[in-house]
Amino acid sequence: MLKFSKMDYERIKEKLSILADAAKYDVSCSSSGSKRKNTSNGLGDSSGMGICHSYTEDGRCVSLLKILLTNHCIFDCAYCVTRKSNDIKRAAFKVQEVVDLTINFYRRNYIEGLFLSSGIFKDADYTMERLIQVAKKLRLEENFNGYIHLKSIPGASDELMREAGLYADRLSVNIEIPTKSGLKLLAPDKKHEDFIKPMEKVKNEIIQYKQESKLIKSTPKYAPAGQSTQMIVGASGESDRDIMYSATFFYKKYNMKRVYYSGYVPVTNDSRLPAMGSQVPLLRENRLYQTDWLLRFYDFDVRELLNEDHLNLDLEVDPKLSWALRNRHLFPVDVNRVEKHLLLRVPGIGLKSVNKILHARKFRKLNWEHLKNIGIAMNRAKYFITCDSREFEVNEPSSEYLKNVILSTSSGKFRKDISSQLSLF
Amino acid sequence: MEQQVVLSYDGSLEGFLSCVFATYEEKLKVAEILPPGKNMQELFSEAREIITDPEKAKRVWSSLKKKTSAAGLRDVKYAFLSEIDGIEKQLLAMIRYIIAEDAPVDRDFSHPSVLKVAQAAKKVGREKHRMEAFVRFRLTRDAVYFAAIEPDFNVLPLIKNHFKSRYADQKWIIYDLKRSFGVAYDLQNVNFITMDLDPAIGISGAPEAYFHTSEISFQKLWNQYFSSTNIKSRANEKLHVQHLPKRYWKYLTEKNLPEK
Repeated sequence: MLKFSKMDYERIKEKLSILADAAKYDVSCSSSGSKRKNTSNGLGDSSGMGICHSYTEDGRCVSLLKILLTNHCIFDCAYCVTRKSNDIKRAAFKVQEVVDLTINFYRRNYIEGLFLSSGIFKDADYTMERLIQVAKKLRLEENFNGYIHLKSIPGASDELMREAGLYADRLSVNIEIPTKSGLKLLAPDKKHEDFIKPMEKVKNEIIQYKQESKLIKSTPKYAPAGQSTQMIVGASGESDRDIMYSATFFYKKYNMKRVYYSGYVPVTNDSRLPAMGSQVPLLRENRLYQTDWLLRFYDFDVRELLNEDHLNLDLEVDPKLSWALRNRHLFPVDVNRVEKHLLLRVPGIGLKSVNKILHARKFRKLNWEHLKNIGIAMNRAKYFITCDSREFEVNEPSSEYLKNVILSTSSGKFRKDISSQLSLF
Repeated sequence: MEQQVVLSYDGSLEGFLSCVFATYEEKLKVAEILPPGKNMQELFSEAREIITDPEKAKRVWSSLKKKTSAAGLRDVKYAFLSEIDGIEKQLLAMIRYIIAEDAPVDRDFSHPSVLKVAQAAKKVGREKHRMEAFVRFRLTRDAVYFAAIEPDFNVLPLIKNHFKSRYADQKWIIYDLKRSFGVAYDLQNVNFITMDLDPAIGISGAPEAYFHTSEISFQKLWNQYFSSTNIKSRANEKLHVQHLPKRYWKYLTEKNLPEK
């Protein structure tokens, strides 16, 4: 269990600083959805919900030990800090070192598991094989049932992707650039097909696993937490529509569990990219995530939110409010009668409130007081609903006017950024 | 006017349920229900001590169970563990409301007590989840993974199974310093324990008298990881503190180790 000598700690600490730093732009930190139980009296259990064991100073969750196996890379993708031509310190973990770190961190309740990615050294298969070795050791030698997220290396063979899924809970390939033309410009060595191939294989394996496990209970698990991907936002001039249509494609075509959106953090001076020191588009990223949620949990179709007439999301207000302001003819709705589908679409009423309202209205007609106690965001919702009360806020003001009223009577975490961004025009 | 009574009980769930039983049996009008250590606020009420009776408690619980959803029962248990002032009275009102109605009403959030109980339960659930996240084990010289906590609510009974299924192959102890009891896992069972702890053991750090020589090295490695995985250009102190309230920092190596 305690395999490091005194010397090694210092060396491992240095590797950790290099290889954690290089892995941090991968935003996925999810550790849920695996259903891997500790049935063997071994170490770890990933059957519950995900747990964030800490939060970095940028406010992001720390759930997994997220590192690269190495930051040596044969590719030269412009947006990537690890690209071949970048003059940075390089390092590589040994397979056993990653295993030891994972186990010792896990035993102390620092992490839910491991998220292992890598620069591509030699070739795709050689790299993928090393990643699999780590996962295999953890599962078979350490009897580890914690969460393992492995990167699918673009171009890796079907045989290796099959093996990877036997040990990993989640697999992911980052598409990074949402458009083919952007990819050609920024990552000339990589081919679109190389990303798609492992995704396709993983999707098919998951489908096959689901069918077989219905018949034979002992079918070995295959990537039970599914696969995910990530897109960089703001590196290649793409519109929000480009991004969300791509995301929808990946959700539908490859049954993605999640698509992540990562505001581009400039890591290089390259004329093809935003300059070093440019602001990270955090607000835009936030609006994209809100849109993603509307698609996955609120029954929206992407074309309702983004289309020919609306290429980009409104930065000032959230996408649901923005949609509602464009569709005033559907409102106000009576919260005591309206069906769930439309209740979900009321600005300021979230999933949990919807469920509370559906429960509570079976017992009595709800008035403003009830709704406030349930916890809906009245400052937005009140313009779109009626309830068991004679007081109404809805007097048919114009959407533009209404938007200004809502903005002036609410506060938002990005409000400062918007006013500075708007004052540029 | 009918005389109101103040009930006192031993602080256990069974004790509280015995109080509920008494309100039916003796048709009591209850002003307050007080656990040990809380003093009466009402000047003009009669004080009564309720003796815990497992049989009576069971009867209340089973009639509650018949009309309450799993989520409602969980809320009752969680809210009880909140130890919030006056929560017993809200629980009593909720339980009486549920038992009085024919239809299931435990999810009727427009009833003030049902809502209050649900809100308290939510707080306890959040604290439970935080303890599952922020408990930090430190390896002792005798190979036990040890963690000390001071949770806002009494969540140790709620988190022990989580740790049991997760750390089945290592000995561990989680100790609640505030309430002076802990749970210990001996590779077979989880047991409630009490100990005399040297304050020098602390909540973080790794004093050599108690902890394995490798312990401090892993804390430093973790600390290194924590700072390397941060993206400086996305700094967001407000969000950081919102997710990681300062009162939890004492548990976290990454917020306490002075030198890198």
